[in-house]
Amino acid sequence: MITVKEVKRSLLVSLWFVFLTFPLMVIKVNPYERTVSWRWSNMVYVAIGTFVISLLAKAWFVRKERRMARQQDSCHARIPIIQRILQRPGYRYPLAAFLLGAVLAFPHLFSTYQANIMTTALMYIVLGLGLNIVVGVAGLLDLGYVAFYAVGAYSYALLNLHFGLGFWTVLPVGGLLAALFGVLLGFPVLRLRGDYLAIVTLGFGEIIRLILENWNAFSKGPSGISNIPRPGFFGLEMSLDQAMIYMYYLMIGLLLVTIFVVNRLQDSRLGRAWLALREDEIACQAMGIDKTRTKLIAFSLGAFWAGLIGVIFAAKTTFVNPASFTFMESAIILSIVVLGGMGSIVGVILGALILVLLPEYLRALSEYRMLAFGAILVAMMIFKPEGLIANVRRIYCYQGRKSNTALKNDE
Amino acid sequence: MDYFIELFCSGLTRGSIYALIALGYTMVYGIIGLINFAHGEIYMIGAFTSFIVATVLSIYGFPLAAIVVVAGVAAAIWSSAYGYTVEKIAYKPLRHAPRLAPLISAIGMSILLQNYVLLAQTSDFLPFPELIPEFAFMEPIAHIIGSSDIVILLTTTVVMLALTFLIKFTRIGKAMRATAQDRTMALLVGINVDRVISATFIIGSALAAIGGLLIASHIGQINFAIGFIAGIKAFTAAVLGGIVYSGSCSGEPDSGPDRKFCHRLYFQ
Repeated sequence: MITVKEVKRSLLVSLWFVFLTFPLMVIKVNPYERTVSWRWSNMVYVAIGTFVISLLAKAWFVRKERRMARQQDSCHARIPIIQRILQRPGYRYPLAAFLLGAVLAFPHLFSTYQANIMTTALMYIVLGLGLNIVVGVAGLLDLGYVAFYAVGAYSYALLNLHFGLGFWTVLPVGGLLAALFGVLLGFPVLRLRGDYLAIVTLGFGEIIRLILENWNAFSKGPSGISNIPRPGFFGLEMSLDQAMIYMYYLMIGLLLVTIFVVNRLQDSRLGRAWLALREDEIACQAMGIDKTRTKLIAFSLGAFWAGLIGVIFAAKTTFVNPASFTFMESAIILSIVVLGGMGSIVGVILGALILVLLPEYLRALSEYRMLAFGAILVAMMIFKPEGLIANVRRIYCYQGRKSNTALKNDE
Repeated sequence: MDYFIELFCSGLTRGSIYALIALGYTMVYGIIGLINFAHGEIYMIGAFTSFIVATVLSIYGFPLAAIVVVAGVAAAIWSSAYGYTVEKIAYKPLRHAPRLAPLISAIGMSILLQNYVLLAQTSDFLPFPELIPEFAFMEPIAHIIGSSDIVILLTTTVVMLALTFLIKFTRIGKAMRATAQDRTMALLVGINVDRVISATFIIGSALAAIGGLLIASHIGQINFAIGFIAGIKAFTAAVLGGIVYSGSCSGEPDSGPDRKFCHRLYFQ
């Protein structure tokens, strides 16, 4: 499969990258002591690394082209194996029961520390599912999603600080407040799409963070708010360990609710309207879908989940400050959605687990985490734009003259 | 009044540098309709390359003039190379993909480049060597406008004039304008669109590198994260100055001055 020509091309690519990375990778200056260190070994790593990557990329494209050629004959889309398994009720329900059992038993099988990490992962799953409504289903690229998360977290912190409201009271309030902000953001951006929408939402996220950082009288500025109480359970006194485990079960409950709601939403009238909006705005309006209403609901529903998780985040860490709500956080949530597969629930769950758990367990590589995020975003877009587990689109295809009926692929 | 003039001058300096970066955004947006999120990072890489080259040369004791020239040229070369490579890797395979795809890959590229510099170099703020000396003849008005301000203003003016010339009167400039107006049509009349797009990225990146060199020596320190904020500011400038009508590239170099003006207002 690999020809001499390919090898030559890859050699050229690796030479180019050696040249490209030369000043930054090889030379390292210390301007204070006025010394220069030449790290020639890095050059070798770059050369070998890019050579291999370029060969692999080429091989991938060749394979993809062949697959595309094969697929053109049959109109049935290839369904990923995981989805094929999930489709069969015989596998589906036992698998779900097993997973639920494993998830419920998790904190008792492993340490509280593990349960704590898992809680974080669950929070990101819910965040991913929330953003999935906006980005994956409705096709509105939101780069300021973390702002709603911040609204939720700060609403719990501030309402508790000033009025002494408890977790359970604030949980819906935080969600609703975030949803309100979602509508607030939604109104001005109704007419925008694509890049402009991304820019405005990015700006919105930064505005919320900067307000929290600079308006000391309101939010106590960069030092943040501490001593936020953990959620209570009918006034029961809990030790730290118990509180952690309680938090874990709380998240499991919320996650199940989220999955249920999001799953039902996708097949609802509203979900169909979102899909239509994503595919073609003009055609969608021509079919009589109220664009304003549909978009605003997408924004506010997405924001609602972020608000809920924000409240839980504040309760879990018992401390909030603006540094937790940077653009990077938005980028991480976005990469969860993109990696998993836009619009697919199983994909988002898988994406969140990978992106949150991998860096936790690969502590040694934690500095490469953000580098990997960037690389994953780019690579996913180039090689597999549909994500790890693609949301199989309904395809109607013409079966020829024999039967003039359109055949519908199962979802 | 003195205070106003002082602010005006420093605003003009900063504004003209951001205009240099903003031009890269507008040119790319005009030609392929993509907001190049990685542009701020290209600017940062330009600043970093010039920092490395300038520091190495000054350690080995080269004269200041040579350092300035070599650092500037190196920054422009490597920035262009990065811009070219980013386009080839992250945007070219996605030219016919849905609009969301290149945008996400641009964000990914921006994160990737930032962390690449962070890991390859350092996360600390580094002191940038002073490349522009205090001229003796500037002494009487030094309290209003510094020598580096003058140098920056002159450089950006020259660069912008050169860009205007390039776009209005050269072959590649004509090809760029044609591609911006209608890519398919440009292809039909025999313009190598791929090459035009590459050229756009290279020119935009070189402008950003010059901006990076100037602003880094003006402020005096750099860090791997400077690209993000500069990118946002330059993008704001590009939007204010008219990214909106940049479907045609012809309006582009002309909007340089009013972009500067917007930035002047923005900074005061």
